[in-house]
Amino acid sequence: MIDFVPPALILLAGALLIGPARGALRTAVVLLTPLLTLAAVWQVPDGVVLTLDFLQYPIEPIEGSPVRRLFATIFALMAFAGGLYAYRQARWYELAAAYAYAAGAIGVSFSGDLISLFLFWELMALFSTVVVWCGGTPGARAAGVRYAIMHLLGGVILKVGIEGVMIHTGSIEVRPMLADNFDHWMILIGILINAAAPPLSAWLSDAYPESSPTGSVFLSAFTTKTAVLALILLFPGEPVLIGIGLFMVMYGIIYALLENDIRRILAFSIVNQVGFMVCAIGIGTQMAINGAAAHAFAHIIYKALLFMSAGAVVYRTGCNKCSEVGGLFRTMPLTAVCGIVGALAISGFPLTSGFTTKTMISQAAADQSMVWVYFLLAAASAGVFLHAGIKFPWFVFFQRDSGLRPKDAPWNMAAAMVFFSVLCILFGVAPQLIYDYLPYPVEYEAYTAGKVVFYLQLLLFSGLAFFLMLPLMRRTETISLDTDWVWRVALFGLASALQRLLQRSGNAVTAARAWLGQRLDERGRRLFGARTTDGRRVHGVFARAWPIGTTALWIAVLLTAYVFFYYIA
Amino acid sequence: MNDRHDHPEPREDDAWLARPSTIRLLWRVFAVVLAVSVAAQLLFKVKGYFGMDGWLGFGAGFGFLACVGMVLFAKVLGKLLKRDEKFYAESEDD
Repeated sequence: MIDFVPPALILLAGALLIGPARGALRTAVVLLTPLLTLAAVWQVPDGVVLTLDFLQYPIEPIEGSPVRRLFATIFALMAFAGGLYAYRQARWYELAAAYAYAAGAIGVSFSGDLISLFLFWELMALFSTVVVWCGGTPGARAAGVRYAIMHLLGGVILKVGIEGVMIHTGSIEVRPMLADNFDHWMILIGILINAAAPPLSAWLSDAYPESSPTGSVFLSAFTTKTAVLALILLFPGEPVLIGIGLFMVMYGIIYALLENDIRRILAFSIVNQVGFMVCAIGIGTQMAINGAAAHAFAHIIYKALLFMSAGAVVYRTGCNKCSEVGGLFRTMPLTAVCGIVGALAISGFPLTSGFTTKTMISQAAADQSMVWVYFLLAAASAGVFLHAGIKFPWFVFFQRDSGLRPKDAPWNMAAAMVFFSVLCILFGVAPQLIYDYLPYPVEYEAYTAGKVVFYLQLLLFSGLAFFLMLPLMRRTETISLDTDWVWRVALFGLASALQRLLQRSGNAVTAARAWLGQRLDERGRRLFGARTTDGRRVHGVFARAWPIGTTALWIAVLLTAYVFFYYIA
Repeated sequence: MNDRHDHPEPREDDAWLARPSTIRLLWRVFAVVLAVSVAAQLLFKVKGYFGMDGWLGFGAGFGFLACVGMVLFAKVLGKLLKRDEKFYAESEDD
């Protein structure tokens, strides 16, 4: 038996209590349950802790390992900071849904078998959809439905793969595999849908910016990063992930450059950052897996920080577009500074967490002599600075004076931002704090003079490129078409056209039936007769009394025909 | 596509960061920092993994050109992909 409470259950209990609790008690539940969860996460020892029997399969809902604890730790920390950021502004059901969503992420982190992994996976899909819906606008409702459909589809594909593995191997253990048969491909595709990999990445940039300013902070953290953990556990070293990761990296940059919605820029940059991790998992060496895990840890912090900063702007101004804001540094200095810290961290500036984790991935590519991967990642690092590092703070807090003079973030939002800003710098200055908890021993020195000089050049000259090309990046009030055009327009149009076609052919059949019925009726009346409305009988052709002469004539005709045929036969 | 042209003229009595004099100063500081970052390579050797990434100023040139390339590519792609904000709202209403 276990002598501790499963971490996911603590957070789930917190989610259940948020509703009934009131006032200070609710605040206590929101702020304390993530911390209790964190404490429980660190009680989970290595190896399988709990085994249950379900349909003759051994279910292992809790299995500890360094990488699982690392992800569960950051998920719990994220729930705490998100709770602090949101608890005075968000509605209670958004908080409850977000905590249940986080509990799902922690549950996935410790799942030792594919069945419990799937159950927690679906828990996340369910409650993240509720968080999207809490945006409260018609846009949020529609985006939430699209989001739910995509994740249920991903869940079905994942389940098909899991069933296949169960039947063909008899084992449901979470263990490394390669995409070498149908079952494994299904599992991989199911996970990649949650990682926002192509071609089904549009759900992320579609749904996240539609949620509330507080909801998007939670959404940015869990779904894609549990997918990264699942890939680390199930598909380390799967070569196809390198190409997928590189595509995601470039896709995120290009779409973020085209985007006008503040939070959608950040949503595209999630795809970009997860691309770094997916690529690293594809490389698959110890250095690469360490890099992916460390980068996921750092990424959750700075990406949530960026969403917090953007969320504070949206909360205070009600504006979602770069073209509506600008010059906000005047009255929102703290939000601006925290946003800039997050922007520097995501860009991997030296002394921030991004530098100490992202460079591990580049190092892994260099160690494996992957020239193209290395240079594309370097170009992408420059591109991250371009689209998130400068573009986000520049257009929101500087560029022109929009005339808006909102108050700075409320104190709890500010506290959460400062907390994560400090962590961004702490893990940049003291990377050992992350390195000590990575899945493999770390033999990596982030701060060599050469590396710092190289990345400073790369980033500073990217900055120069940004400011020189500002005229080319004037914000337009537009959206950019993505693969979701296929189902939002093309398939929708096809379905509407099909519906119209069916409607028309239905009408045609109805009309034809009516016409035929009428004709038959007329003919029947003429031949067999009918009763009129006043009760008189009208005889039909067959019931008519024929004159004797006519009858005799017809008999003569018949007999003549008989004789005629008799002789010619 | 409505390009915004409503940038008010920057004034000297605006917030310190928005004054033209400050912006001129920041550009000068930025230029010095850029020069120093390249010059630093003379003091600290950058270990190139593939030869050319150890050249003087490689990071600078690569970063700059990569960004120019990405912005131009995005610009071209934008011509194909950009639609009015109401694009989906209109097509989903009917």
